Amino acid sequence: MNRSCKSGTLKNPKWILNKSSYNRLSGTRKMDKFDVIIVGAGLAGLGAAYTLAGSGLEVLVLERGDYPGAKNVSGGRFYLNPIRDLYPGLFENAPLERFITHEGISLMAKERSVHFDYSGNELREEPHQSYSILRSKFDRWFSERVEEKGAAVLAKIKVDDVIKEDGKIAGVLAGGDELKADVVITCDGVLSLISEKAGLRVPGSAHDFAVGVKEVISMDSGVINDRFNLDGDEGAARLFVGEITRGKFGGGFLYTNRESLSLGLVLGIQDAAGDKAAIEVPALLEEFKERPEIVPLIKGGSTVEYSAHVIPEGGFKALGSLYGNGILVAGDAAGLALNIGFTVRGMEYALASGCYAARTVLEAKKKGGVNAENLGMYKRFLEESFVLKDFGNFRETPAVVSNPRFFNHYPELVGNLMKDIYAIPAGPKERIYPTLRKYLTLGELWTELKDLRGVTKI
Amino acid sequence: MSEKVDLKAKLGLDVFKPVGQPHIKIRPGMEKDPRLKPAVRLCPASLYTENENGEVTLATVDGCVECGTCRIACGTEVLEWNYPEGGTGVQFRFG
Repeated sequence: MNRSCKSGTLKNPKWILNKSSYNRLSGTRKMDKFDVIIVGAGLAGLGAAYTLAGSGLEVLVLERGDYPGAKNVSGGRFYLNPIRDLYPGLFENAPLERFITHEGISLMAKERSVHFDYSGNELREEPHQSYSILRSKFDRWFSERVEEKGAAVLAKIKVDDVIKEDGKIAGVLAGGDELKADVVITCDGVLSLISEKAGLRVPGSAHDFAVGVKEVISMDSGVINDRFNLDGDEGAARLFVGEITRGKFGGGFLYTNRESLSLGLVLGIQDAAGDKAAIEVPALLEEFKERPEIVPLIKGGSTVEYSAHVIPEGGFKALGSLYGNGILVAGDAAGLALNIGFTVRGMEYALASGCYAARTVLEAKKKGGVNAENLGMYKRFLEESFVLKDFGNFRETPAVVSNPRFFNHYPELVGNLMKDIYAIPAGPKERIYPTLRKYLTLGELWTELKDLRGVTKI
Repeated sequence: MSEKVDLKAKLGLDVFKPVGQPHIKIRPGMEKDPRLKPAVRLCPASLYTENENGEVTLATVDGCVECGTCRIACGTEVLEWNYPEGGTGVQFRFG
């Protein structure tokens, strides 16, 4: 054991009670100082620990849940292509759910809906670009890989504050213990109370966040395959916009897992908070489940978990500080999630930023220390990678995709058009062109042109 | 009313470990503050209610899924907001 620990015991006995990983830290030894303390065992934190593990540095991950993944929620799909090279081989045996071969989007009008489906052989080609995922399962597995590589992961420990010494973050306070470290990587999720304590950000404002609510609905894998036209481990992903959020910013999602469905709703917090006539979020999810488009898909399934989480939606303009003296911020904690309408991504940004945070620490150590100047490399790493390139490219997206007409006007318009195009009355049928013109008036086309101008920015 | 009962049953599916001290509190004297009102509709666990005097109350944090919505929607001037102690609160099995 090449650990720089001295003899003694950790002050707080609860440290010694838990998991086997404690044994390495507890008993007769006391850590004087860690090289790196990571706050939060989500994808960013575990990704950072995985990258650092085996480098000879003393790395400690602190997680407040009973186990890594216990507090972690996602809608449920992520994209592997951008991060495969950062984690070579890791995903080959990972407990992912299904690879997505069927993409769907549904415009949900009040009385009707219009669906677009995309599937193609390219989505079946290996390596698969996107998988559905259940985070409690995945993160727990990932944390075992991190521990195998030599980093310590301690669960049931909430970090309460940071230690500041001479204007530098010098460690954390957790459960009454002072834990010193050369550098803290905080990956404590979307609210990032630790970034606030470190003075890197203030509490977020409502227009930069959404709330997601979700049910995991257990279902036989054969039934899922039949219902969604899937073969083997193929999966389907569907997004829903329109009346289901009462025409407000947000939407519904449905992802197939191996033996369950993830069904949920996302609502912009500012939009929903400002709407005094809106119904309660839990009731809105029930209404979504009662839609005739959804009922047959979930029939016979039984809900096994109900979860909710805040999601960063502010994009580039809402990104928090990425680093300070002695501290790096990764994942949702830094605001690294991006909604571009058809795809909503956060998990690969978390994995990538965790990896780059770790690489920054390794480089800084080589260059003589984790001072503020050397930690600034982190931002450069992110700028040179897909992470901040994506955020830059999609800088205008949050403003464009929050256009209320996408959520109230267009689903109704398209639904009404379909209704009239498909309707065969008892008498003679109206010609198609006048039917179209009934809806696509000059005023309407003019407004569509303006909306389209917004779309050209993304 | 029945919706609330359904929600209770739904939350009953989740694993919760008892939280000692409530980790979220309405700051004293802020009960009537309009900034609290969005929490009544937005809380996914419907833990906030508004009484006939226009006061918002948070009777219990049992069933809190620690999503953070109230902190974002209402702000920390009206809410004293923290995560529960390590190893307590909701423990997701699927996530």
